[in-house]
Amino acid sequence: MARVLLFGRLADQAGWRERIVEASSLAALRDLLEIEDAALGEALAGPGVQVAVDKVIVRGEAFLAAGAEVAFLPPMSGG
Amino acid sequence: MITLTDQAFAPGEVLTAFCAGRDETGAVASFIGLARAEKGAALALELEAYPGFTDAAISQFAEMAKLRFALQDYRIIHRTGRIAPGEAIVFVATAAGHRRAAFEACDFLMDYLKSRAPFWKKEHGPDGERWIEPTARDRTDAQRWD
Repeated sequence: MARVLLFGRLADQAGWRERIVEASSLAALRDLLEIEDAALGEALAGPGVQVAVDKVIVRGEAFLAAGAEVAFLPPMSGG
Repeated sequence: MITLTDQAFAPGEVLTAFCAGRDETGAVASFIGLARAEKGAALALELEAYPGFTDAAISQFAEMAKLRFALQDYRIIHRTGRIAPGEAIVFVATAAGHRRAAFEACDFLMDYLKSRAPFWKKEHGPDGERWIEPTARDRTDAQRWD
């Protein structure tokens, strides 16, 4: 089980900011989200979107421990 | 010290507190960024942060700035949530032995906060809302220090 967080335009597009998803890897999580909402799946894999697992940026695949927090971060705007 | 807050704050009070009890600090420089109304085009600004990630990233950068400019101390406050025109968005103060380091570190921290800090910014205007990305000017300002 992973807690998924969306930020910025990704949350607006999806219509949610936070939810629990049953997945033990980042790839499985992306697949589940894409099956449900193809446009969101594409946006999550889009240019400039970074992924943080437990608040650390990861590149590529990642194992998700129980209770992992996965955040999808669109390009940051600065304050 | 870094604070993210969704509440309006009084920059003058923060600066007074920051200056208190410093008998070896020759210079404190400060900057306050305010939300612009853009002649009615901006009704409000909305800033989203990722608590625990955004503050950690700013803290890491600020500690690097502290070493680079030999700062004695710094204070950063950044608003999140909905910010009305005229309200303070960001406050930065730097303390150093002499003025040059304090000025430069304050400028350096602001260039980072404006262009690279992990925030997502939305502008609410009369015609709806739009997400904002850093301007080319923000990026070139930040690159001055590379």
